[in-house]
Amino acid sequence: MTAEPLSPVTPSRVFAAILLRDITVARRELPYFLVRTALQPILLVVVFGFLLPKMGMIGRGYSTIMLPGVLALSLTLSAIQSVALPMMQDFGFTKEIEDRLLSPVPIQLVAVEKVVSGVLQGIVAALFVLPVARLIMGPIPGLSFGNAPLLLAVTILGGAAFSAMGLYLGTGIPPPQIGLMFSVIVAPMIMFGCTYYPWAGLTHVPLMKWLVLINPLVYVSEGMRAALTPGVPHMPIAAILSALVVLTVLFMWIGLRAFDKRAMS
Amino acid sequence: MNAIETRSLRKVYPAPAVKKKRGVPPPPAPPAGGIVAIDALDLTVAEGEFFGVLGPNGAGKTTLIGILTTRVRITAGEAFVAGADVTTRPADVRRRIGVVPQRPNPDRSLSVIENLVFHATYFGIPRADAHRRGQELLERLGIADKMNAKVDQLSGGQQQRLMIARALSHDPRVVFLDEPTVGLDPQARLSLWEILRELHGQGRTIVMSTHYMEEADQLCDRLAIIDKGKLLALDTPAALKRKAPGDTLVEVTFDGDATVAADAARAMEGVSNAEARGPLLRVFSKRGGALIPALIDAGEAHGRIVRDIHLSRPSLETLFISLTGRKLT
Repeated sequence: MTAEPLSPVTPSRVFAAILLRDITVARRELPYFLVRTALQPILLVVVFGFLLPKMGMIGRGYSTIMLPGVLALSLTLSAIQSVALPMMQDFGFTKEIEDRLLSPVPIQLVAVEKVVSGVLQGIVAALFVLPVARLIMGPIPGLSFGNAPLLLAVTILGGAAFSAMGLYLGTGIPPPQIGLMFSVIVAPMIMFGCTYYPWAGLTHVPLMKWLVLINPLVYVSEGMRAALTPGVPHMPIAAILSALVVLTVLFMWIGLRAFDKRAMS
Repeated sequence: MNAIETRSLRKVYPAPAVKKKRGVPPPPAPPAGGIVAIDALDLTVAEGEFFGVLGPNGAGKTTLIGILTTRVRITAGEAFVAGADVTTRPADVRRRIGVVPQRPNPDRSLSVIENLVFHATYFGIPRADAHRRGQELLERLGIADKMNAKVDQLSGGQQQRLMIARALSHDPRVVFLDEPTVGLDPQARLSLWEILRELHGQGRTIVMSTHYMEEADQLCDRLAIIDKGKLLALDTPAALKRKAPGDTLVEVTFDGDATVAADAARAMEGVSNAEARGPLLRVFSKRGGALIPALIDAGEAHGRIVRDIHLSRPSLETLFISLTGRKLT
């Protein structure tokens, strides 16, 4: 038996349509999205970038250390959430993703689309936090946007690695344990992600300096530092970018496997 | 060309892992090798046919539809839908089918019309065409006034219609409906029947699973009766009804085991079959109600008292009971 030919539907067109759906929905929910993903980084900025320096407990230059970290945090947290939360809901309860799983493309493309949409949402969150942080902290010594290619590379790779991680968390972890995952994995990741301090500073605690290398957030924070405040000591750029590529591939691989298991029985 | 063809189709779900707890006796072991949901199923559905899959809960209906709609992996055998192999060319199959799920799963972040427009664009249909077609479908299904409403504002029946409109938004050749009338009130069910008849009239192939006999009888050209993943009977509703054994099913419920009454019934004149299921006695007989006094006496002779009596005229229901020993609902 052979099927009679239909006018071809190109996967890229279907991909674009599904992405447009996510963008439409995200745009409508923008205020909630910003509160959900940007509030925490902004509160950190208020305390560490404004209150503590005012009290004289932290030097003024601290904002230079902190800004790249806060941007890394906004990017990665929103990337994870933008993928993990809808996946959890769709597969666990509402089954709303079913209509996309019935579209005439390989189902993996639906997962890849979610990751791309997560990267975009991460960028939006970071772009929102940047001016707000600047406003709260005042002028940031040493801040430069001169290295745009590096900034773009770190943003996209960092967003992709963490969206893919969100894909795994949203599809591979049983829903009752997801709260636990966020407190056991995400919270320590933030604390030991070199967001509040440069990796070079950990030289004082050598064990820690090597231990934190398993933390994906470290590479995004250091990458932001290398791109935005090149004057502050940071990891070699080649090491940062290769680590981000490896992490993206790794998380994408385990994320797609978990997605496949949930999508097909 | 056939709309659907399956050859020796088999689906086995892995047995759920059993957790061991200290001090607690282990629960009965799951069947070795997993749970067989579909077993050696050969089906052919012609193009333009209204095909029903009838069976009780757990018969394998949803698994079968899941396989044919490319959402469930095949363990063994083959399945073709609209000429494409569901395993090797799932995207081509999806291109040609529309699916109405058992439980409405609209995209709740979108309005009613957006649900249709976006879904159509997932199939490569240009937005303007998708919008026009979406409006037409909503009108035909009688929910055009809800076009810009949020999905949550629709009743259960209206959501089901939206699911049908969505399944049609890319003009599929084969439409699958998995128990579409479960949970609908009688009026909504009847109007859904009308819609399905209209779709069938347009020459589309329709595959519908149900556990309502009446629905299967009224709508379907042909029916497959399945239970425990196996095909038990396959024919037109009229031919299946002719196959129903005896003339009438007499069910008598006693206050205790009915085995002795069944033995007595088998010896009675005009009884084609009699069996006991605990306190329930089932007798197939041409004599119908005239047999009841004798059956009561047969029970009372062994000290059994009658609690309930039920007569069923020959129907798909009585055929089903004679095939499986179980009721549909």
